[in-house]
Amino acid sequence: MALSREQLAQRVAREMKDGYYVNLGIGIPTLVANYVPDGMEVMLQSENGLLGMGPFPTEDELDADMINAGKQTVTAATGASIFSSAESFAMIRGGHVDLTVLGAFEVDVQGNIASYMIPGKLIKGMGGAMDLVAGADNIIVTMTHASKHGESKLLTKCTLPLTGAGCIKKVVTDLAFIEIKDGKFWLIERAPGVSVKEIIEKTAGELMVPKEVPEMQF
Amino acid sequence: MSGFNKVVSSYQEAMAGLEDGMTVIAGGFGLCGIPENLIQEIKNKGTKELTFVSNNCGVDGFGLGVLLEDRQIKKMISSYVGENKLFEEQLLAGDLEVELTPQGTLAEKMRAGGAGIPAFYTATGYGTPVGEGKEVKEFNGRKYIMEESITGEFAIVKAWKADTYGNLIYRHTAQNFNPMAATAGKITVVEVEEIVEPGELDPTQIHTPGIYVDRVILGTFEKRIEQRTVRTA
Repeated sequence: MALSREQLAQRVAREMKDGYYVNLGIGIPTLVANYVPDGMEVMLQSENGLLGMGPFPTEDELDADMINAGKQTVTAATGASIFSSAESFAMIRGGHVDLTVLGAFEVDVQGNIASYMIPGKLIKGMGGAMDLVAGADNIIVTMTHASKHGESKLLTKCTLPLTGAGCIKKVVTDLAFIEIKDGKFWLIERAPGVSVKEIIEKTAGELMVPKEVPEMQF
Repeated sequence: MSGFNKVVSSYQEAMAGLEDGMTVIAGGFGLCGIPENLIQEIKNKGTKELTFVSNNCGVDGFGLGVLLEDRQIKKMISSYVGENKLFEEQLLAGDLEVELTPQGTLAEKMRAGGAGIPAFYTATGYGTPVGEGKEVKEFNGRKYIMEESITGEFAIVKAWKADTYGNLIYRHTAQNFNPMAATAGKITVVEVEEIVEPGELDPTQIHTPGIYVDRVILGTFEKRIEQRTVRTA
């Protein structure tokens, strides 16, 4: 069975470590915050200018001056700091954020990522995604393995305009955990009940498959 | 106005001197921390052919979105747009030009502009459409593109508190792009929720020193929320 959005977020959450500063993108990445392992402290960075993002406010706490990068009203966690967007991107670009999780349309064997623009459709913009992928060393891309029409999103070469070049090393899809190195995809784990055959069929770029492919643990 | 007193008493006075074709740097992220009344004054004034440097372009009927209604904006320099229908229409009709700029690069362009740095190198956008046509330079084995800084004839800023000398404090994440915008305008206009006497703000807590600020006006704010997300207590 392919992973649900929640399971995908749960698997990504296992990549967090105690004391990590983490930036979570919009969509599935946001859900990762719900699965921080017990006893572990992580601090969420929101690129508009908040380090230490707390939960949504109660009606009483609601404050128009307190939002996250998705423009949702939020609270500040204990020990949070708030600063300008220049300061925020200094910490992103300067490589101070320990883990960045974001979605994508396509990823290729060179570690290129396309996530912000589909030519012919309305272009809304890249927001902070280009800075995030350029600045972080530890990035996880979350996406479905293939489109609704069955077309692979793990390619030999991205077809859409890039968000970043040569910057992606880990991808968690609804079917597999894949690493990217030496110009190839490497199959690390498969979703429970998903066959290696199906993953191979749905991966367009060159995929290295070990003899044994363990199932994901949550 | 006398000495260091920057306080003006009307919005007309606050935006005096803004002319067709000028570049305006605006603070705010989404609808948070936007100079909503200064934007309204630009609408009332009817100034046209403006270039706006702002992370977003408001929504239909609020924020910079209101300036689209009478086609006052010629060009937007932003990281994320299209939260409003009118924007989409004018863009597709070719009536509006957009220069998409990564959010961190946009913040740094304003910061550098205000700090007298004409350009800087960043890895952001290398190998992407953003990097096309820009100078590439390698430092320590990694490739960077050169990005030029931005300044404007005007900057419009929203702060929480000011003293009459123009020292500013922002509130929560309404800070966002405002401190950089404040430095990057030839004339920087700030609207605030409260104006106090010099000496009443703790000097160590000031986000924007008054040297960057030319005019301060006291406003009342709607503070519209774009994505109202709450949890049950």
